Amino acid sequence: MLGEFMQYLFSGLTSGAIYALVGLGFALIYNASHVINFAQGEFVMLGGMSTVFLSAAGVPLPVAVLLAVAATAVVGLALEKLAVEQTKNASVVTLIIITIGASIVIRGAAQVIFDKQFHTLPAFTGDAPINVLGATITPQTLWVLGVTVAIVLVLQWFFNRTLWGKAILATSVNPLAAKLVGINTNLVLLISFGLSAALGAIAGVLITPITSTNFEVGIMLGLKGFSAAILGGLGSPFGAVAGGLILGIVEAFGAGYISSEYKDAMAFVIILLALFFMPSGLFGKRGTDRV
Amino acid sequence: MTKAEPTLGGGGVARRRDTGLGARLMRPRTGGLLVLAVVICLLPLFLQNNFQYDVAIKIGFNAIVVVGLNLLIGYAGQISLGHAGFLGLGAYFSAITVTKLGWPPVLSLVLAAAVVGLLAFVVARPVLRLKGHYLAMATLGLGIIISIVLNQEAQLTGGPDGMIVDPFSVFGFTFAKAWQWYWLVGGLLFVAVWLSLNIIDSPVGRALRAVHGSEVAAEVVGVDTTRYKVLVFVVSAVFASVVGSLEAHYIMFLSPNEASFFHSVELVIMVVLGGMASTFGAVVGAAILTALPQFLTFLEDYEHLIFGLILMLVMIFLPKGIVPSLAALLKRGGDR
Amino acid sequence: MSLLQVSKLSKDFGGVRAIDDLSFDIGPGVIHSIIGPNGAGKTTLFNLITGVYVPSWGEIRFDGKPVTGKKPFELARMGMSRTFQNLQICHNMTALENVMVGRHLHLDGRLLPSLFRLPRIGRADRAAEDQCRELMAFVGLEKYWDWDADAMPYGALKRLEIARALAAEPRLLLLDEPAAGLNDSESREIDEVIKKVAARGVTVVLVEHDMKMVMEISDHILVLDYGRKLTEGTPQEVRQNPDVIAAYLGHAA
Repeated sequence: MLGEFMQYLFSGLTSGAIYALVGLGFALIYNASHVINFAQGEFVMLGGMSTVFLSAAGVPLPVAVLLAVAATAVVGLALEKLAVEQTKNASVVTLIIITIGASIVIRGAAQVIFDKQFHTLPAFTGDAPINVLGATITPQTLWVLGVTVAIVLVLQWFFNRTLWGKAILATSVNPLAAKLVGINTNLVLLISFGLSAALGAIAGVLITPITSTNFEVGIMLGLKGFSAAILGGLGSPFGAVAGGLILGIVEAFGAGYISSEYKDAMAFVIILLALFFMPSGLFGKRGTDRV
Repeated sequence: MTKAEPTLGGGGVARRRDTGLGARLMRPRTGGLLVLAVVICLLPLFLQNNFQYDVAIKIGFNAIVVVGLNLLIGYAGQISLGHAGFLGLGAYFSAITVTKLGWPPVLSLVLAAAVVGLLAFVVARPVLRLKGHYLAMATLGLGIIISIVLNQEAQLTGGPDGMIVDPFSVFGFTFAKAWQWYWLVGGLLFVAVWLSLNIIDSPVGRALRAVHGSEVAAEVVGVDTTRYKVLVFVVSAVFASVVGSLEAHYIMFLSPNEASFFHSVELVIMVVLGGMASTFGAVVGAAILTALPQFLTFLEDYEHLIFGLILMLVMIFLPKGIVPSLAALLKRGGDR
Repeated sequence: MSLLQVSKLSKDFGGVRAIDDLSFDIGPGVIHSIIGPNGAGKTTLFNLITGVYVPSWGEIRFDGKPVTGKKPFELARMGMSRTFQNLQICHNMTALENVMVGRHLHLDGRLLPSLFRLPRIGRADRAAEDQCRELMAFVGLEKYWDWDADAMPYGALKRLEIARALAAEPRLLLLDEPAAGLNDSESREIDEVIKKVAARGVTVVLVEHDMKMVMEISDHILVLDYGRKLTEGTPQEVRQNPDVIAAYLGHAA
């Protein structure tokens, strides 16, 4: 009983951590620009696929990971510079379509540059299972959880302690005021896209040894990440992490105890219920509209 | 306040509405419907084979859905990223009741529309309380849940492999030839556009546009904004359901792809690409987005890449959509 | 009998009390003003009366009937309408269409007649169009009737709000700073419009910073400070009240 419970819990925490990283990416970009970047899942795919192909080409894994994350960040920067920045005053729906267009482009490019097969990576530190309270977990699970915790801590430090982090926060609260005190809001936007892309790529690298990857994995991961960000309350990085973990755990327990066929539906049922009762997410701003 | 020329807002060119006779013909209601009728009637002269008929029919199907969706997104300003769900439900309701239970297709189509309309009505209230991205998320989730159910309930739907569907027949007459479908769909498209234009040019249409413009302003002059949002959500879902039923019969095959997230997104893209709050824009958007992939197939592996690029470029350079952007361009040219 | 009765009304925003135990009556057929320093709670009070916000405590009666917690559109049906300090204009419509939205209550808003465009829908719309053009002339917007709202100047939009509110034929009209942002001559024109509206028998409640305007056109003034009633009375009484001079006119002078 306990073993089963723990097994589901760890499985949920693992996918939840990935959703959290993707959701963080959504939150960062949303904060800086109020854009929902539907290409966020594609960053995850790019991170995993680039690492696979780089290491297949003989690049040592750690270097391949760094290169893949950097390359994905460049794609993120390009998306901001070449598309989002060109569309001042576009409506929310138009911006959504543009990022969806970008996701189609990235997927299309990936199937040409890479291929349409499924690929996997070796686990970073072997496959020897570890027994925790009756559950069997792999070292890769610890990698996912550990890196996610580390990233959250680093981001916490970045936003609260560094000038750049504060500039990004300021821009998200009031772009005009931020501009007036001399913050280069365009640069903030650019950095947010680069950072989000890098986060996505790291998530992609971490998860590939567990779930494998192909050019289409970004679609569902992107949607789950979006769900995480919404569940937490858009624009709250802490909320996105909490939202991701909740989704992951609910999914795992739902699949384990209720129905594995409807695993993917669980996340969306939860989010609908949450939105019906809390229209601004769990940690979102709940202000009254000013008129 | 006696300024002769406006100086604030608008960002430059002040637009005024023409009221002359010539302009009246250019108005969507009369001139537009006329043009649409002419295009539908003359197009068969240019259609040389079944493949081209097939593309034209699919354009018609999509255009009907998008005209309905445009009422919701373009006019009332409420996004839905799950409308393919309603389309899929209508399609499967018809497919299952006609093919497995032997119901008359027209009866199934009408009942499907009623059931889907009812479902839309039930979910509309909690869903449409949400705004912006939260609304996008909720409708997206709804669509995905529907698509997952259609995938999983294989004994009923055939699951991911899909199911064969009986042809469409009305009182013993079976639609079998491409041209028969063409006229059926063409006629329905005309009716859909007519209904849409009727709604827009009425108290209901003004209420919908006011919901988009300023919800609170609409409320304080007596518009029950929730009711109108629910209403337009149901109407657009019914449009989708009817098309879903017909499309299943036309293709005689149905798979859960019909209800997929990507199909929902395609429909929204058609609305935005053609031009939000433009009924004819919706038709143009549907035509372009349905036909474009057919022209791009020669690119093979590069098809998606190029398709995505075209989409991005159009939206970056014509953010208001094709028809409104062109209309503004023509108008500016005319003013000089 | 009073048209509007507010009793022991309070509104909290997360610990901040914006309106505090406020009671007052508004009788029919006159121009009432609500004044007070910035942050006194005037707009919040409007939002509470018109159903945009739900009160934390207290009761509002309109025409003797309790209306606390009713939605804005329900209040509009009972004969209440308003304008907004931060313009709420439908920029996706023409000026005339904006005013015609105000006619909504007097037109057939059901789906099916509109869907099939029954002849009476068209007839009623044309009649409404004439009425709305008259209203636009009434507030001095005759030359803007076919303009897109987003091309209109600020001063005209302020009047467009009044025209839209009047189109609903309210018995109680609440105007939230109708003269804010206007120059002197524009303000005087708004004065005239408000007087004409009152002369038609509509009860007007006004939130305004323009003291000259308030003193000139009001029959009755309510002074708010920190969400509480400081005093109320005729312009003469209010002008002489030392508390008011200290709290409000003192700063302005």
